[in-house]
Amino acid sequence: MNKKTPKSYENMLEVKNLKTYFLTDAGIVKAVDGISFSLRQGETLGIVGESGCGKSVTNLSIMRLIPSPPGKIVDGQIIFEGTDILALPENELRNIRGNKISMVFQDPMTSLNPFLRISTQMIETIRIHQDISKKEALAKSIEMLKLVGIPAAEERIFNYPHQFSGGMRQRVMIAMALSCEAKILIADEPTTALDVTIQAQILELIQKLSKKLNTSVILITHDLGVVAGMCENVCVMYAGKIVEKAKTDDLYKQPAHPYTFGLIQSVPRLDKAKDGKLFSIEGQPPNVIDLPPCCPFHPRCHKVMDICRNQYPPTVDLGNSHEVSCWLYAEHKELADA
Amino acid sequence: MTKYIIRRLLGIIPTLLIIITLSFFIVRVAPGGPFDTEKKLPEVVMRNIEAKYHLDEPLVVQYGRYMFDVLRGDLGPSFRYKDHDVNFYIFQSLPNSMILGVIAISISIIFGISSGMLAAVKQNTWVDYLSMALAVVGISVPLFVIAPVLQYVFAMQLGWLPTSGWFTNGDGWQTILLPAVTLAFADFATIARLTRSSMLDTLRSDYIRTAKAKGMRSSSIIFKHAMKGSMLPIVSYLGPAFAGIITGSVVVEQVFRIPGLGKFFVQSSFNRDYTLIVGVVIVYSVILVIMNFIVDVVYSLLDPRITYK
Ligand SMILES: Nc1ncnc2c1ncn2[C@@H]1O[C@H](COP(=O)(O)OP(=O)(O)OP(=O)(O)O)[C@@H](O)[C@H]1O
Ligand SMILES: [Mg+2]
Repeated sequence: MNKKTPKSYENMLEVKNLKTYFLTDAGIVKAVDGISFSLRQGETLGIVGESGCGKSVTNLSIMRLIPSPPGKIVDGQIIFEGTDILALPENELRNIRGNKISMVFQDPMTSLNPFLRISTQMIETIRIHQDISKKEALAKSIEMLKLVGIPAAEERIFNYPHQFSGGMRQRVMIAMALSCEAKILIADEPTTALDVTIQAQILELIQKLSKKLNTSVILITHDLGVVAGMCENVCVMYAGKIVEKAKTDDLYKQPAHPYTFGLIQSVPRLDKAKDGKLFSIEGQPPNVIDLPPCCPFHPRCHKVMDICRNQYPPTVDLGNSHEVSCWLYAEHKELADA
Repeated sequence: MTKYIIRRLLGIIPTLLIIITLSFFIVRVAPGGPFDTEKKLPEVVMRNIEAKYHLDEPLVVQYGRYMFDVLRGDLGPSFRYKDHDVNFYIFQSLPNSMILGVIAISISIIFGISSGMLAAVKQNTWVDYLSMALAVVGISVPLFVIAPVLQYVFAMQLGWLPTSGWFTNGDGWQTILLPAVTLAFADFATIARLTRSSMLDTLRSDYIRTAKAKGMRSSSIIFKHAMKGSMLPIVSYLGPAFAGIITGSVVVEQVFRIPGLGKFFVQSSFNRDYTLIVGVVIVYSVILVIMNFIVDVVYSLLDPRITYK
């Protein structure tokens, strides 16, 4: 294979039947249990779902950054540019991390090294994979910090992380991830610590840069509003599984899964707020330890049927790449078989 | 920072005054005196001796007199050893203990940190088990067992090193090795275990995950990102450990026949040699206080979150 001409793949990334479990004292936590999705070049894919549904674990698995023990990727494939990341040796994995795929972590307060200056950490990020001088890397880092809206970046870059606020640290993380110019950017709730105006700016920046470099983006978020504005496709996760996958427009217009429906309804909207009452999904997300074979959403579902309590639903293709895992859409034959 | 250093150094003075005062009174409160013997001395003789050492004066007067001397750098006459005063014994023996202690602690730092790091990086492999087993030996086997074993192997069987002595019989640095290694064992063990656990903690932290996500090699991650954070507990351990080790060890000095300070710690207490006891306590305290000060400074150099003003 000729390495100089990059082959084009229809899918930049293909996650197939990924299972990541944590072996804890309480039992096996099936944090991610058999999920599949793909990401095209230049596509922005949203992953939404309640806290603890496995969004971060999914993306840490892609980078092979699951803490082990207790975590273990027990099954599946993650195909990036035709090779399975899960089968790569350590040195080839390093060539992907921060070079082909870069990541913004969810916890800005702890994800920067408190003992090193921001400048050191940013320059290092750039120079691991790009062959440029320290001076150039510094200039580039300052430029990136300015882009994410750090005031007086030329001076502040020599600060230590503790001298930055939470929101500023998150922006540093984003600047650092963007400076990699990777083919895939994974952003795990990149704007949670930011106020609304900055949030919009940052998301716009991610969008602009990804357009410019034709980067694919996986955007993890709680915020369905953000998804609507940024993502072409969305995966809805629940208890370690993808319950619905669709083009963003379709998902909003015709949410198929009762959980998705609930999520969309519970977004506060100005035009509806007048009646005063917000929709909310009753109950708690399930404990993913020792889940029985059933639809994990059934205790909270307002359309629950008998079969939902006994068996996990099949995945049904509703057309136009809209997939849902719910018994409501199952064929009669499948219902009869079950 | 300079201001802080000056303030800290000034703060050392009251600390030392309190230590001196306390030890002055505590040794005198303890039962028995420096001139108690099996057979009771005649009344007159006793009286004479007490007068000579001012023990007949009220305690407060003795204290004033002693403080006055100490502040001029004179630790007074020994109550037991008639030939010289306390200053002489301390300044004759302290350098020996210091040389031995510095070498011993260097050995334990070098081997402790490297084996602790290896153990952490190769967690749950034979490297880990081996270095932790060695550490358990170091912690649980007492010096008076380790010393004869080393003497037997390296001096008597292999004949590489002298059994004992201190720059005697034409031997130079060779005399330092065995006692230094013996002395290093305990601190080596503690440092190795501390390093291992703190390195493991650090390696689990989020910022190490960030470094991995950048595609750094594990060796750079350890040295550039994990090292500083995981050295903090070792630095705070080293302060008091250093003070302890350079003020000598009775066992090692006895076994290897080294003229060090350690023996005075024990002998002076048995003898109720008031001035010598307080003298060695002062020396130890000065070193300890200085070491703690250095620890704080090193801490602030390692951790940018700590700033002293
Ligand atoms: N190190 C770990 N040990 C044990 N369980 C873990 C560990 N990390 C994650 N989990 C479990 O995996 C599940 C999924 O966690 P994950 O962090 O992916 O949630 P999330 O969807 O990102 O939630 P949030 O929106 O709060 O970030 C949770 O039940 C969590 O308890
Ligand atoms: Mg998360």
